Amino acid sequence: MWKWLHPYANPEVSYHFTNKLLPWLSALAAIFLGIGVVWALLFAPADYQQGHSFRIFYVHVPAASLSMGIYFAMAIAAFSSLVWQLKLADASAAAMAPVGAAFTAIALITGAAWGKPMWGTWWIWDARLTSELILLFLYLGVIALHNAFEDKNLAGKAAGILTLVGVINIPIIKYSVDWWNTLHQGSTVSKLGKPSMSLDMLWPFIICFIGFSLLVAVIICLRFRNEILARNSIRPWVRELVQKQNS
Amino acid sequence: MTLKAQSAQKTETLAENIDSSVVKATVIDSTTVENTVVDNNAQSSQQLSYRHAFMLVLKRDLTIAMRHKDDIINPLLFFVIVITLFPLGIGPEAETLSRIAPGIIWVAALLATLLSLDRLFKSDHIDGSLEQMLLSPHPIFVLVLAKIFAHWLITGLPLILIAPLLAVLLHLDENSYTALFLTLLLGTPVLSLLGAVGVALTVGIKKGGVLLSLLVLPLYIPVLIFATSAIDTAALGLPYSGQLAIIAALFFGSLTLAPFAVGAALKVSTN
Amino acid sequence: MPKQTSTPLLSAVKLTCIREERLLFDELSVEINAGDIVQVEGPNGSGKTSLLRILSGLSQPYDGQVHYKNQAIHHCREEYQQNLLYFGHLAGVKGEMTAEENLDFNLALHGNKTTETLAYLAKVNLAGFEDSLASHLSAGQHRRIALARLYQSNAPIWILDEPFTAIDKQGVASLEKLFSAHAERGGCVILTTHQDLISIKPEQIKKITLDYSYDSTFD
Repeated sequence: MWKWLHPYANPEVSYHFTNKLLPWLSALAAIFLGIGVVWALLFAPADYQQGHSFRIFYVHVPAASLSMGIYFAMAIAAFSSLVWQLKLADASAAAMAPVGAAFTAIALITGAAWGKPMWGTWWIWDARLTSELILLFLYLGVIALHNAFEDKNLAGKAAGILTLVGVINIPIIKYSVDWWNTLHQGSTVSKLGKPSMSLDMLWPFIICFIGFSLLVAVIICLRFRNEILARNSIRPWVRELVQKQNS
Repeated sequence: MTLKAQSAQKTETLAENIDSSVVKATVIDSTTVENTVVDNNAQSSQQLSYRHAFMLVLKRDLTIAMRHKDDIINPLLFFVIVITLFPLGIGPEAETLSRIAPGIIWVAALLATLLSLDRLFKSDHIDGSLEQMLLSPHPIFVLVLAKIFAHWLITGLPLILIAPLLAVLLHLDENSYTALFLTLLLGTPVLSLLGAVGVALTVGIKKGGVLLSLLVLPLYIPVLIFATSAIDTAALGLPYSGQLAIIAALFFGSLTLAPFAVGAALKVSTN
Repeated sequence: MPKQTSTPLLSAVKLTCIREERLLFDELSVEINAGDIVQVEGPNGSGKTSLLRILSGLSQPYDGQVHYKNQAIHHCREEYQQNLLYFGHLAGVKGEMTAEENLDFNLALHGNKTTETLAYLAKVNLAGFEDSLASHLSAGQHRRIALARLYQSNAPIWILDEPFTAIDKQGVASLEKLFSAHAERGGCVILTTHQDLISIKPEQIKKITLDYSYDSTFD
């Protein structure tokens, strides 16, 4: 059933496939992000309560959901690496971790910046921000563990186990933080005004979201390519590649 | 598959080296007969049940701990000292102290457990007995569970016993003593179990200590939240069985899953 | 039992090992039968220990498989480990326990009887040291405590990494005798050593030579 996937388990094939994919992905990402950001920042209407500061929403929300999404993607990669011994899955998880951490940091910083006009303070122990902060710790743990091993294969496996432990814990942590928050604050300030977003706000948001997702895909592909090369540096095809580059 | 073929081609000449040294099968009838004898021996040798293997490792770890009492006492001292620091830093007002007491006691318990975690696998890894355990014919999770249980007996249990004393120092509300005891009883095993995963991952790394705390502390957050909340709720005279139930769930969850994660991590670390 | 040829006790199938971006060996295949004494040779860093650890199942190869009686060892882990005795660089002896307790634990852990521990300690010249804490003993004595397991072992497969390190001449001789006896009983011994095996006949010993070096690999 999964036979068609088999060639992509070969590093060389995946490398060239990623190479072919990259220009298309980059172009799409540029188009979506260009349209989305210009629309969101210049043309979309300002929020009737929060004014222009609301526009940070177009960066904050995609970053926050992508930060979670990347962790789950990492967990899937880690799982397939541990169960089916796919070495490339390790490489892809290693490629994702720093990107995920960066987006978590972006979500945190934009969240804080948004909080300043809303709550009058840079930091508030809001449930979402707190979960995001803990998620950042989890990411940093995975990255630190990965860097601590000298052997890339072992690093990938160890980081994979930690990622899986983390992914089981994320819902528990999220639930406990939410619960803690309601306990200590009475009611949370709901940032994401759940009530219907008007269409002229929703469209730029969707385009921004797709744009950021594509951007993530591009960065991960770039890093994935490097990971493949680093892990196969003794393989003949990599050496040929290097020689071609040099000549 | 193409990669394999290529690398095989490239290294053909070198493979000859090895081919020449390949040990060819030898057909000797007498060894056939005797081989089966050895087999029977191996199978008839005493087979240890899970319980025996568990008790064997538990007894060994407790024996070692008893001959190395520093390992038991030092984390306890750390626990006591950290808790003494807080009144000095914050001020001796009973009202403030009793408000933050649950949090302080639990945070100190987390840190004390963290300090003691290192000894769970480190020395076994350094002297090679960990390898031997992984190569023993028992399922790894049994051995791992025994080691974790021994670790809890050595570090978690003394913590529970000394906690009421420290609660007095921090003017903890009198209604909360049972809650403190119960949360520690259910919560400290979770700390040992989750911590074991972290140690197993970092045991092969030279300077794994700081890394360990980075890996493990975020995982401790739910226990911290529910335990302190149970103690706070008890102080108000309200029922806290909900929080206890959640900590119990965390305990059983980590009890079933952590040993497997630890086993997998140990295999990576001893690789 | 079918003919011996069909089931080698232990076989390595196209093992590839990469350590720290160095190719130690590539597509190495070996078959080891009952009665074999196999000496793995090669200069330092040529992957002897890596090979033994892969054969024992402690390390995973980059590629390839190890088979125990034609079954991949990760599919029959418990059965394989019941039939395996691995002795690595590290003796696995706890300083906090006495020589006797150490040997007792090691034997019991691998499912062997512990009734004759003292006799085995005497065989490795540790009579009189049973009750000394291992931390008071020397490195050579630690290794002898660990090696005492060999006298009781029922496991047919012995994988021994540098078993003669820190062992005196007399000890080496009696170990060699033990290896021959084990091979004759139908076991197999896979070992690395920098010394020549004196009392075992050369025709009895099979050699695996690892001499891959980084420079010669791809040029």
